[in-house]
Amino acid sequence: MAGTPMKERPLSPHLQVYKPMLTMMMSIVHRITGAGLYFGMALFVWWLFAAAHSASYFDFVQGFIGSWFGRLVLLGFTWALVHHALGGLRHLVWDTGRGFDLKLIEVLAKANLIGSLALTLVIWIVAYAVR
Amino acid sequence: MVELALPNNSQVTEGKVWPKPAGASRTREFKVYRWSPDDDANPRVDTYTIDLDDCGPMVLDALIKIKNEIDPTLTFRRSCREGICGSCAMNIDGTNTLACTRGIDDVKGEVRIYPLPHMPVVKDLVPDLTRFYAQHRSIEPWLKTETPEPRTEWRQSKEDREKIDGLYECILCACCSTSCPSYWWNGDRYLGPAILLQAYRWLIDSRDEATGERLDNLEDPFRLYRCHTIMNCAKACPKGLNPAKAIAEIKKLMVERRV
Repeated sequence: MAGTPMKERPLSPHLQVYKPMLTMMMSIVHRITGAGLYFGMALFVWWLFAAAHSASYFDFVQGFIGSWFGRLVLLGFTWALVHHALGGLRHLVWDTGRGFDLKLIEVLAKANLIGSLALTLVIWIVAYAVR
Repeated sequence: MVELALPNNSQVTEGKVWPKPAGASRTREFKVYRWSPDDDANPRVDTYTIDLDDCGPMVLDALIKIKNEIDPTLTFRRSCREGICGSCAMNIDGTNTLACTRGIDDVKGEVRIYPLPHMPVVKDLVPDLTRFYAQHRSIEPWLKTETPEPRTEWRQSKEDREKIDGLYECILCACCSTSCPSYWWNGDRYLGPAILLQAYRWLIDSRDEATGERLDNLEDPFRLYRCHTIMNCAKACPKGLNPAKAIAEIKKLMVERRV
């Protein structure tokens, strides 16, 4: 068959057909929350910058962050931070060569998700209580 | 590179619906990926209906029945039909497995069958595994020693022999590697779970004397460290092995040799 150009082969479907599984989803969410933390940190730095800048500018930034939209973003930031931190702990366990049992990875994934939601709730309840 | 969508020539279209068997009471639909290099058509999904009362219990039985009785052009690899050769690895019902060890009853509803994911397709369910085998060769999967060969065999204690349990059983079917999103996006540079499990099989073998050299070969941001513990590999392995754990052990060896 020398000289016969080979027809370009198609790429078999991947994401399109692979069954979504909790562990796989948790992996991508870990990455997305990690990226989200950059945005949250920028917001935090903006707030600190405003505090150092002037009282009027601080009031403006504080007003934005204190609005319903600002609080929604803060809620998301809190969850992303807690979720990513708990995910980091999961990775720390894996780095020691433990926690690879197929049943255990499901438990760890669920614990990470439920834990992050619960801790976020607790943080916000405490925040509103001490306000 | 991460490319979520399929290239234009790989987009899957609706295929042919083959006639149902007459007089069958218990039937099941099989939706099978088809592509032929002999025409210019895109891949398609054909629908075959199988009489379960006249078919063996495994997905491979159904594929063989389709090829023998309905559509002889259907192309797939198979050999041992008992989960030891790894030829019939494919994506069944959304996960990678061997057609010969997956029961039709394990799948609810229609049985969707695709080739191993994110691979070049040779024809129908046959993927091109050339790169996979080249990557296997790159880890030098054979015993490497410096001490003179003993008169009889290389001795190994019972405990040392047990260290390769859960590793030597790998049949290189590629179910794990092609289930791994990291391998999908970076398969040109990342070795993938199957090959790394094989690499660990030689690293941990007490008779092998090339451990340092083997680790040097793996110390690379892509070859080893594209593993992000997504765990699809361990869930897919039809032999019940855990490539993710083997990779974690390699990462540990990397740290241990530095401290």
